[in-house]
Amino acid sequence: MERKFWLSTLATCNEAHLTSLWEKFGIEVNFTWLRKPEIGSIMCQGKIGVTGNNFNFGEVTITRCQLKTSQGKIGHGYVQGRNKHKAEIVAICDALLQTNKRDFLIKNIIRPLVVSDKNLKKDVMSKSESTAVDFFTLVRGET
Amino acid sequence: MYVAVKGGEKAIENAHNWLSEIRRGDVNVPNLEIDQIKEQLTLSVERVMSEGSLYDTDLAALAIKQSRGDLIEAIFLIRAYRTTLPRFGTSPPIKTEDMVCMRRISATYKDIPGKQKLGPTFDYTHRLLDFSLLAEGNIPKAEKRKVLKEKIPHVLRFLNKEGLIQKEKNNNYQPKDITRNPLEFPANRSERLQSLSRADEGFLLALAYSTQRGYARNHAFVGELRIGYVKVKYNIPELDIEIDIAEIIVTECESVNQFQGSKKTPAQFTRGYGLTFGQLERKAVSMALVDRALRWKEIGEEFVGAPAQDEEFVLSHCDNIQATGFLEHLKLPHYVDFQSELELVRRIRKEYEKNK
Repeated sequence: MERKFWLSTLATCNEAHLTSLWEKFGIEVNFTWLRKPEIGSIMCQGKIGVTGNNFNFGEVTITRCQLKTSQGKIGHGYVQGRNKHKAEIVAICDALLQTNKRDFLIKNIIRPLVVSDKNLKKDVMSKSESTAVDFFTLVRGET
Repeated sequence: MYVAVKGGEKAIENAHNWLSEIRRGDVNVPNLEIDQIKEQLTLSVERVMSEGSLYDTDLAALAIKQSRGDLIEAIFLIRAYRTTLPRFGTSPPIKTEDMVCMRRISATYKDIPGKQKLGPTFDYTHRLLDFSLLAEGNIPKAEKRKVLKEKIPHVLRFLNKEGLIQKEKNNNYQPKDITRNPLEFPANRSERLQSLSRADEGFLLALAYSTQRGYARNHAFVGELRIGYVKVKYNIPELDIEIDIAEIIVTECESVNQFQGSKKTPAQFTRGYGLTFGQLERKAVSMALVDRALRWKEIGEEFVGAPAQDEEFVLSHCDNIQATGFLEHLKLPHYVDFQSELELVRRIRKEYEKNK
């Protein structure tokens, strides 16, 4: 599993779900802050008519932090929204995912988050599918 | 000139205390929770995010509660908060072609790959009050149907293939951020769209409606409207890794408008584009129509003096926070300036009487 994948999963996952998975395993990690959690934004861009030039669409709130574990691993916590607690958990996970705890974390934290997101999307898509419509055009007057 | 006043602290404090009390309303009625606003007034939340130009459902819900449901006041709170945020960077453009669609319709083609999906829409409702909502009625469950893995391609691609619609220009233009650089006229289409995307829904609706009624002719079809989840990407500077940093709900509208041709080019359809945070269909469609009207010069149309064609008029007045700020300051004390006007009028009248 690539770092890009776990960081993406962690950034957009449901906070309550992540917290409960994290607390269940109660891993104690000693670390020092390289950058304490801070709230900011990124400018999200769009593309005119899907294929045209870019334009600035609007901002999204982001929380970020960086830490170094006593093992010397650097963890990055980048998450959507204003959530310092979540950013901290994500940074610790990112650091641990670079150690021999990796398989354990992938199995017990990353995978469940991926599955729950997939289910959520499946739910949306299957409800959307139930609203798929066939319109008939009626011929009026002369044909 | 506006001359400041001093004093009134106690009265202002008391006014604000009363405001807080009245915001809470009858204390026998349960307090409104932020989560309730977030979950049950989603379209208000999305409008505040769109016009506040900041995607954060918690903050938008809080702003709605704080403003007693006055959405422009809520947008004001979000805009003010937004200015305090450090900017961590810019995302590459979102890919609406990868959207997980809740709703996707085309009013121009009946049979399209990926189908017409109505989604959670008010369309086709009878607009009759549903009195069962007064009571804790049973909530009907949404149906589900098995999804076949299929891409949902953009409808206008099909017109593109035949060359029947104008291609979008892409010259890798680096858009200026109108929150950092003042808008200059004539504006580039990128800056126009940023401005329209955060514009007041009512203003855009009225302008779009005016184009339908004939003020700048551009008969529009909704080529496609899609609403759903898209990922926002971000390159982590320390790692140089691009991740999905956020997931947001957006509405996208591509309009297909009256064709035009000239001696050099055969007749072709033209386009308008609308993109908003949240499920804001009315705004996205309005935005596409106004975008199209503003493109008159580039398309080679005549300027007929219609408000929707006038870039400076549209972009200078579409922002409801700028508008309300200037308008509402009229309620603040203007005693000194009015006094000077009063004296001036008295003097003129006196001179008039003398010379009579």
